[in-house]
Amino acid sequence: MASLKVIQPGIFSLLQDSGRFGHHSIGLTTGGPLDRQSFRWANQLCGNTNYGNNGHGNNAKASDSDSDSDSDKKNTTVIEVTIGGLVLEANSNTSIALTGADIPLSINKKPVALWQTHRIKKGDRIDLGFAQSGCRGYLAVAGGFQGQPIFNSQSTVPRESLGGLNQDGKPLQAGDHLPYSEIEPPTLQRLEESQRPSLSRTNTAHLRVVLGYQQDAFSALQKQVFFASEYLVTENADRMGYRLNGPAIKPSLKGILSEGICLGAIQIPADGQPIILLADRQTIGGYPKIGSVLSLDLGKLAQLTPGGKVSFEPIGIEQAHNLLLLDEQQFQNTQLVSLADTKADHA
Amino acid sequence: MSKAISISVAGENSLIVYFGDSPSAAIATQIAQTVAYLKTVLGDLLVDLVPSYASLLVIYQPLQTDHYYITSVIRSAIREPIVKIGNEPDQDQTQQQGNSVSLPVYYSTESGPDLQSLADRAKLSVKEVIAIHQQTEYRVYAIGFAPGFAYLGEVDERIASPRLATPRQKVPRGAVAIADRQTAVYPAQSPGGWNLIGLCPQRMFDPNAEPSMPVQVGDRVRFTAISRENFISLGGELQGDT
Repeated sequence: MASLKVIQPGIFSLLQDSGRFGHHSIGLTTGGPLDRQSFRWANQLCGNTNYGNNGHGNNAKASDSDSDSDSDKKNTTVIEVTIGGLVLEANSNTSIALTGADIPLSINKKPVALWQTHRIKKGDRIDLGFAQSGCRGYLAVAGGFQGQPIFNSQSTVPRESLGGLNQDGKPLQAGDHLPYSEIEPPTLQRLEESQRPSLSRTNTAHLRVVLGYQQDAFSALQKQVFFASEYLVTENADRMGYRLNGPAIKPSLKGILSEGICLGAIQIPADGQPIILLADRQTIGGYPKIGSVLSLDLGKLAQLTPGGKVSFEPIGIEQAHNLLLLDEQQFQNTQLVSLADTKADHA
Repeated sequence: MSKAISISVAGENSLIVYFGDSPSAAIATQIAQTVAYLKTVLGDLLVDLVPSYASLLVIYQPLQTDHYYITSVIRSAIREPIVKIGNEPDQDQTQQQGNSVSLPVYYSTESGPDLQSLADRAKLSVKEVIAIHQQTEYRVYAIGFAPGFAYLGEVDERIASPRLATPRQKVPRGAVAIADRQTAVYPAQSPGGWNLIGLCPQRMFDPNAEPSMPVQVGDRVRFTAISRENFISLGGELQGDT
């Protein structure tokens, strides 16, 4: 079967599809890409356009339509590369695209651009360097990486020992063969720079927050401190959550009965230092929460590295809803630029 | 009772319903009813539901619906919790009252390294602790922490016991444990700070089984003592290094 062989796995590389939805009630987290916009564009550039997932769990009912030939595409799997260092070798012709963090990409030692489709020939070596801005890259392949899903998803969640190439939650390892479907080569395309999700060159992110949960337990003064301050990303920043450091804020509640945690929830433990919960978050928890970061901004957060600066701005639920709808319109209506195909030259 | 129920925004695609200030059998039933109602009425608009002690997180598709509609459906669920299709109730009794599940436990100082110290602290014999643990019919209040980890309450006050000062690096799969007024069966080997009183041979989480868990939130659970031989014959394993 057509596959990419892992020569070097890099720092931390995981197979991710849009996530594992509908299983919180047995304690399973969602997993999925930390930077969903970059994930979607990587697939789009590889012609995996029918996967249709907006990152909000559209595939939750995938199990009901396993016979549907599109079911794989709806959940197209890519490699999420943290920092970089991944080296692959192709055993057949295909096409790839890398999006997200600024990770130098080369094919057979020749540097090539991010945010565009590249033809790969049998025997080609794909080298990813180390991120110069941001820290999460998304490498998609035409047709998507194939594998046995578990709970309807291939997303790798190391903490739960679920998903990935062997369904055991392990990151990519040297020697792994990552199978992909062989499909008609997609059009070579590029996403113009102005259309790309903004990637901070200064390791900073401004995050919009929907106030919610125990927000009433935070006084006006505490909220003012939170929204007027700058917080730093600590070393404890991973797929589960980003722990921040800055002016402590104190709710009037010490703890609460454990309750469901949504994506982007900002919990405030006893030390007053916010933790923003991401794709691999625990499903329930007992710390007070001031609200949740808008999902459209979580990619920016997840691209920050320790020492990165974070600030917050409150928005209402109505505004959040409008922003989500507009973002979807933008995605649907953004045209990729077609590139001269090199396929003919090699024929 | 429904006066105490409130609905709050949790995030851009989530609402959280608070059924009261503390868990109870009545609230567990009400949450189970609401879960069944929302699944039936919302269908594909629903992404996921997270029932917990006294709350329910409702996650929906924000591109296909909005919090106004979801709030109105939640209000209907609270007002009239039984979904009717035509004139027939669409939910059976178990969806409302929870399934009744019995879990076998090999209680001993061999399989439960904290049994003796717990008994000493409670000024009870080991036998009494084992008997008291079996007397209660527990409700599954929440599932979380790890896949398949079910929080059961409430443990009889006489054997309630605080978490260990230093958590163990390795708690074996199947360990039956107590922390404060909650009890649980560890679904997989993991670190843990609960007091271990026995071992359950039944898998609490098996991704390849259908269903992958023997219990869900709202179910009723009883523990039943079994012998060492019985434990082994049911597939239980004793590890020397617990």
